[in-house]
This record gives sequence, C-alpha cells and structure tokens, in this order.
Amino acid sequence: MATNSALMGFVHRRRRGAELFLLILALIVGIGAYAAVGLGIEGEVPTNLIGYGGWLTLLVVAAHVAVRLVAPYADPVLLPIVAALNGLGLAVIHRLDLAKETGLATQQLVWMTLGVILFVGTLVVLPDHRLLARFTYTSGLTAIGLLVLPMIPGLGTEINGAKIWISVAGFSFQPGEIAKVLLVITFAGYLVVHRDALALAGRRVVFIDLPRGRDLGPILMMWVVSLGILVLQRDLGSSLLFFGLFLVMLYVATERPGWLVVGGLLFFSGAAVAFRIFSHVQNRVDIWLDPFADPNGSGYQLVQALYGFAWGGLIGRGLGEGMPERVPYAESDFILAAIGEELGLTAVIAILLLYGLVVERALRAALISRDGFGKLVATGLGAVFALQIFVVIGGVTRLIPLTGLTTPFLSYGGSSLVANWVIIAILLRISDQARRPLPDLKESAEDPDEQATQIVKVVPS
Amino acid sequence: MNKPIRTVSIFCMFLFLALMANATYVQFWRAEELNTDPRNARVAAAAFSRERGLILVGEDPIARSEPVDDRYKYLRVYPGKQLYAPVTGYLQLGSQTGIERSQNKVLSGEDPRLFVNRLVDLLKGDTNQGGNVSLTLDPAAQKAAFRALRDTVGPDGEGSVVAIQPKTGRILAMVSFPSYDPNELASHDRETRENAYDELDGNEHQPLLNRAIQTRLFPGSTFKVVTAAAAIEEGLYDVDDQVPSGSTWQAPGTTGEQNLIDNEGRGGCSPAKISFAAAMENSCNTAFAKMAVEVGPEKLRETAEAFGFNSDYLLDLGPQARSVFPEEVVDTIDGVEQDPRELNDAETARSGFGQFSVQSTPLQMAMVVSAIANRGALMRPYLVDEVQTASFDVLETTEPEKLRDAISPQTAAQLAELLVSTVDNGTASPARIDGVSVAGKTGTAQRGVDGKAPYGWFVSFAPAQNAEVAVAVMIQEAPGKEIAGGQLGGPIAKAVMEAVLK
Repeated sequence: MATNSALMGFVHRRRRGAELFLLILALIVGIGAYAAVGLGIEGEVPTNLIGYGGWLTLLVVAAHVAVRLVAPYADPVLLPIVAALNGLGLAVIHRLDLAKETGLATQQLVWMTLGVILFVGTLVVLPDHRLLARFTYTSGLTAIGLLVLPMIPGLGTEINGAKIWISVAGFSFQPGEIAKVLLVITFAGYLVVHRDALALAGRRVVFIDLPRGRDLGPILMMWVVSLGILVLQRDLGSSLLFFGLFLVMLYVATERPGWLVVGGLLFFSGAAVAFRIFSHVQNRVDIWLDPFADPNGSGYQLVQALYGFAWGGLIGRGLGEGMPERVPYAESDFILAAIGEELGLTAVIAILLLYGLVVERALRAALISRDGFGKLVATGLGAVFALQIFVVIGGVTRLIPLTGLTTPFLSYGGSSLVANWVIIAILLRISDQARRPLPDLKESAEDPDEQATQIVKVVPS
Repeated sequence: MNKPIRTVSIFCMFLFLALMANATYVQFWRAEELNTDPRNARVAAAAFSRERGLILVGEDPIARSEPVDDRYKYLRVYPGKQLYAPVTGYLQLGSQTGIERSQNKVLSGEDPRLFVNRLVDLLKGDTNQGGNVSLTLDPAAQKAAFRALRDTVGPDGEGSVVAIQPKTGRILAMVSFPSYDPNELASHDRETRENAYDELDGNEHQPLLNRAIQTRLFPGSTFKVVTAAAAIEEGLYDVDDQVPSGSTWQAPGTTGEQNLIDNEGRGGCSPAKISFAAAMENSCNTAFAKMAVEVGPEKLRETAEAFGFNSDYLLDLGPQARSVFPEEVVDTIDGVEQDPRELNDAETARSGFGQFSVQSTPLQMAMVVSAIANRGALMRPYLVDEVQTASFDVLETTEPEKLRDAISPQTAAQLAELLVSTVDNGTASPARIDGVSVAGKTGTAQRGVDGKAPYGWFVSFAPAQNAEVAVAVMIQEAPGKEIAGGQLGGPIAKAVMEAVLK
C-alpha cells in the first residue's frame, strides 16, 4: 500500500513557515472582524481588542508551536483555515451578543481555549494515529454510552424537542459530537481488519455480494444501535450524519459501489418511513416545501434566515449594520444566516470554500496515508465534516429540509467546537504520518525481504 | 482504497457546489423578491432608519427625525409632547398611530407624489428623505384648548375639545385629555418604550385614546340644537313661535317615575307655552321632548344624519368612532331578539334631548355647530393642509370639500339667533365674549348610571353672523367639580374662540 509519491522518491516538505504565514492571515480575519463589529455597532474599536486579539494570537501560536514540535510534517493549510473560521465565528457571536445583550462570545472563547488545549493534547498524546485502532471496541461502546447519556433522567436536557443534551454543573454538553469522532474510529478499526472478509466472503444476492453475517454483524449492530438511539432522541441531523458516515466508510473499505446503491435505497425507504410515522419529520418537510405558509409560526426561523440572506445580497450589510438577531438561534445553527446578512454572498462562498478545503485536505491525507486505518479514519472524518456542512448549510439556505446541527467552528456550542478541534488534531496527525519521509533503511537493511517488511514504522507500544 | 476515496471526493465536491449554487440563488437571484416582500420586517426596520418628514403646525415641526448615534440612525422627536400627541400619534418600528400612520407613505417617502423628488435624490446621491405634512391646526387655539381643559378638569379629569373653521372644515384644535408623551413611546430603548406603553395602557384614564374622535357619549342638551333644526326645517315652528313646554311631561305610552321628563329645576320651562328662545335659553327638556315627538323619529334621524351622524367623514385620522342616532330598536323579550321596530314616542322624546341611545363624538358635535355657523353647509373636517417635499415645496394642498347642505340657510340663521340668545340670556352665558356675538349651547348628559356625575358638553361658534370658529367641548370626568350648566365647558370654549378670533 505504498503511495505513489514514496515510490517516486518524492519527499514532502514540512511547510511550517507557510502555515505560520496563513495563520497570520487567519488572525487578521478573526481580530479584524472583531474590530469591525465594534466599529459597526458602537462606532469605536472595542476597548478589549488588545486583550482579545492577544488571547486569540496566543491560542493560535500555541497550536502552531505544538504542530511544529510534535507533527512537523502535518498539513499546513488545515490549522489556518480552522483558526480563521473559529475567529470569524467568535466575532459574529460577539456581534449577536451586542444585539441581544448576551455574553456567549466569552464562553465560546473559553470553549475555544479548551478546544486548543485538547488539540495540542491529542497531538502530544497521540504520536501515531494507529494507536487509535486499539480502541476499536472501547470507543464504540463509549460512543453508545455517550449517546445514551441524554436519555438518563436528571442528566439529559431537552432543548427544542431534541433530547441530545446533558447538563452537568451548569454546563450543557452534546455527547453526540464526541460520539461522532469515536464512531469514526470504531468503524475504521473494524473495517480495516474485516475489509477483505467483507468484500470477498459471502454470497451474491441479486446484484450484490452480501458479506457473511459474522463479518458484518458486529458493526451493523453498533450502527443500528447508535442510529436507533438518535431516532429515539429525535436528532434528525445526527441520524443522517451517522448513516452517511457508515455508508461512505463501508464503501471505501470494501471498494464496492453496490453498497452505495443499497445504502441509497435504505436511506430513501428509511426517510419515507420516518416521514410517515414521525410528525416532526413531516413538519420539517412542510416547512422546507413552503416556509412562507406560516411565516410567523413554524416557518419563522427559516423565513427570517432567508430574508437575512437576501438582505445581505452580494457583499452584505456590513458587520453591525444588519438585523441578524431577528433569526432565532442565529448564534448556533443559523450562524450562516447572520454571516450571509452582514458579510454577504461573498463571505458565504468564502466560508464554503474554506470548508471545502478542510474536506479536500482530509481526503488528501486519506489518499497519501500509508495505512488502511489512517485512510479510513481520514476519509471518515472528512466525510462526516462534509456531510455536516451540507446538512446544516443546506438546511439554513433551504436546499434540503432543516435538521439541527451546528456549523463546525462557527456556531456557538462547546461540545461541537471541542470535538471539531480534536478532529483536526487527528487529521493533522494522519497527514503528518503520511507526509513524513520514510525511515532511512539503507544501513540496517541488507536483506531486501526485511526491507520490504520494515517499510512502515512500527506502532510504538 | 484510493479509488473509492477519489469517488467520495468528487461526491463531496458536488455537495459543496450544490450549496454554493443555492446560496447564490437565494442571495442574488431571489434577493429582490425577498427584499420587497411586505412581510419582511427588515424592510420596515430600514424605513425606520431613514430620515422621516416633518409634521408641521404653522412653521413649527411637532414631529421631526433627529440623527442619533444608534443602529436606527434617526430618532423621532415630538417637541409638542402632550399637546399634539393625540393628533401626531407616535412612531415605532413597524407601527405608527395618528398622523404618523395615516400619512405614513408621505412621511416615509414612499408616496408616489414624491416620486420625482426621490429620483432627484437618487441622482444627487442623497438618501431617500420623507415628505412633510403640514396640519390645519392653529397653535394658539390648540394651546388655549389644552390648557383650559387641563386646568378645568384637573389631573384626574378626562375630556376633549375640537375646534373647526366652519367655512372650510379645517380642524383648528383637537385636544384630548389626559394625553401622553409620544417621545417615550418612540424611544429606541426597548425598556423605556415598553414601560411607557404598559403604564399608559394600564392607566384608567386611557391617555392613549383620542377622545375627540374615539369617544362616543350621550350629547345631552347640546343635541337639542339638532332637534330644533329638525323642527324648523319641517316648518313646525319658527324662531319667534311659542312652543309647548311644562314643568314635567309623562311621555306618551309610558307610566312611572323613570319616564317622567322634567327640567332638572330650571323654572323658566314651567308654563304650558313658552317662546322658542326661552326653551333654548333654559334648555327645557319638556319642550324639546315634545318637539321631538312632533317631528317624529324618522325626520329627527334624517336631520342628525345630515349633520354626519351614522357616517364616517374624517379621512385624515383614525380609527374614528361613528356617532349614532338609532335607526331602529331591537327589543329582547325573554332573551329572544324581536324584529326591529321604529322608536316609540318615549324613546323619541328622550332622543330629542340627547339621551336614550343617541351618542356623539366631540368632533361630531363640533360639526353640528359648524354647519349651523356656515349657513347650513357641512364641510368635510380635515387635518392635513399640505403635503410637501423635504425641501418644503408644496406638492398638494387640501381643497375644502362640502359634504352636503345639512339644513337650509334660513334654518341655520334662525338657529344661530336662538343660540346667540342662549349665550346672551341663558344657560350658555359663561361663553360670552365682549364685543363679539357668540352662539352657544350647554349640555349635561346623564350617564344612565345612578350616583355618577353627568357628562358636560358645550358647543359654540363665533362671531355668530360670520363664524370663524366652531367649538365643541366634552368633559367626561372632572373630579370634585360640578359638571352642569356650562360652568365648566363655557369658559373653555370661550378661551378657544378668543384664541382664534384674536
């Protein structure tokens, strides 16, 4: 499974200088937006700009130094993109704070700090992503445990009809966000071991080779259980996400397009069943088909978001010049509506391109990764990211029915932010491993057979 | 595994392309449609952030937009405060009342008459400015009316004054008390605004109500003017004739104390026959009750309707309560509604002196005397004198409009004579002005609730031969004061007339 580049003797450069340069651009976006919010609303540069900018810079520099020290070959584009998105998100949340007289931006900054700490921690604790493969079943069980948590009485909190929150000591947390990462690891760990059996053993039914039950069974169980929990919790967005994630990983692991056909059929029949038996699914579809049927009731949020997008037009009203606070939950699920209103289509496209680049970088890491587990994890994380963007932004802009999910790095919400920083850390670790030059084996390896077996670095134990 | 990863990449690319295409559709192609949607509150907020036109009384603005340093850029300021509040109304995000509401299109600059102006603004690069609205109000009359009313009824009182220029229908004064400070309601600070509204809305004296056009009460004895007009118009009596009177009168077809009409102690009414002038001077209930029965309910109603009862006529301000003279009576026997019937004699008799179910707004009573003062011609009352551009170029001036000839000039002249005599020799004497012949009539209307003070009315116009002003004063509550015989209303009407005539 050696990559082409390795065969051609191509060696990736570290590109840490490029990362630093891009990080400076990202900081200019974040701090500049924060200053623009102050200028737009209060007519003056915020008094705490130095402190705020300093703290943001400190976080970004800390992340950069950590990457430089422990993952020097990591992809240089991911961290700056994420820093820019997070900075912009903070500025927009701050802008909504000023309109609504809340203090979410400060909390978000605390969460970002925690996210960066976990980011650095993940990179330090995890010198090689293949260590994660050891936790295939542990992480799967933990994921299910986390998903069940909100259903425990007294711990779970129901917000807007979805029981996906737990609150402990005043903090509310969405365990599903962490479960997302754990499930990717579980699926990857399982599939990388069983992929041959899944792909080759079994019998042909109609046009697809069905794998043997004992190969597919455990993973299918895990998937059904997690999906079932989400359906019970009425978390449509996450259900969709996990389904898509599983499908993509199964397809990539087995290299059989038939799975996509089966998955597609399952998705549509599942959606049809859900539409028939769940009134909240019907509601969402009705709102999607005609939000203006009840513009002050059920359609209010979407209609206000659409008005906001339109009001922003091509270049936006300018930070502080629009009325994004008219959209309920503008700081979380609907933050893109706030951005679309005040920064316009230009910023929306720019943000979509940044997200696209994150996905592209994740899949690129998957392509050049030298081991199957790394490939699967990177693909899984990239796919889950892309699907989440599609589901939430598609919902907010009325491309598809709305299902609640956070916009990664932009939306207010601690669990999502922290989980996404960890995702980026894992992606950086995989790309670092993939881009790292092969160990020089010339001296020790006289025997060519040995050389071939030593080509991949051993997992440290 | 690389081949499927590439496929996944392409799939993801399509997802992102779909998102970008859709965002472009919403923010570019569909933006115009969404931005012009009338349900879009952002559009209202944008209009709220524009410089709005002035509301002018004479040269002075009573509502103007002041640049402020907040998100809405302009704050609506009402320098007149309580004085003009019932007329101007107030401006809030997405809603207005009073002239702010009825003239919203002009003030916000959306009126088609401002189109050329707007085009010029656009070419000059100026922001879209609203046009001005100039009102017919006479500041001296308005102030005199407000002060006199406030000082008369006291802080816990309620009342209203309306003054009209009889020849044109221009409303010279429109006062409602208690009033409110529109500045607080127009505040951009939500808490100030909501607190102010809650307090005003919860106030038992209903300061937000424009009593001049929204409060409808028994007009009492002031309605005798209409009864007299009907009788003269029908040719039953002449100003010099004797009319039947008496100290008490049991209305035909009735028995019992409550249907016995008396004169509340006014002795001049007691003879069986008195002069028409004496009946008016002493405000004899018995005389006018008999006269009303003689005229008949249908003719009485037609006369009242000729003066504006049972119709809407004010176009410049709303909402307007419609003054009523009952067309028919629906009895309810054992909870079952019977077929409508004409008023019986007892009901007609009581209607003849403004009780039973006759109800009038202060504006309506001002119109009654205004028509008499204008040789019987009833003019449409109006408040908006001119519509101007932001640079004070006149776009449109309201032309006085005659609604109808309510009564003949001869009838009007005779009524004027009766009313002048009422001021000179009768109950309306508090409105007397030296050197000017004043016509007037008092009114004291029972509420129909025992133990509660009556409503006080006063209507007048001056000079009687060539009237420049007609006034109606209504006193709903004046705690601690005796509401009767024109003692309270007369001086208020006098102050307003003097302010106009000066």
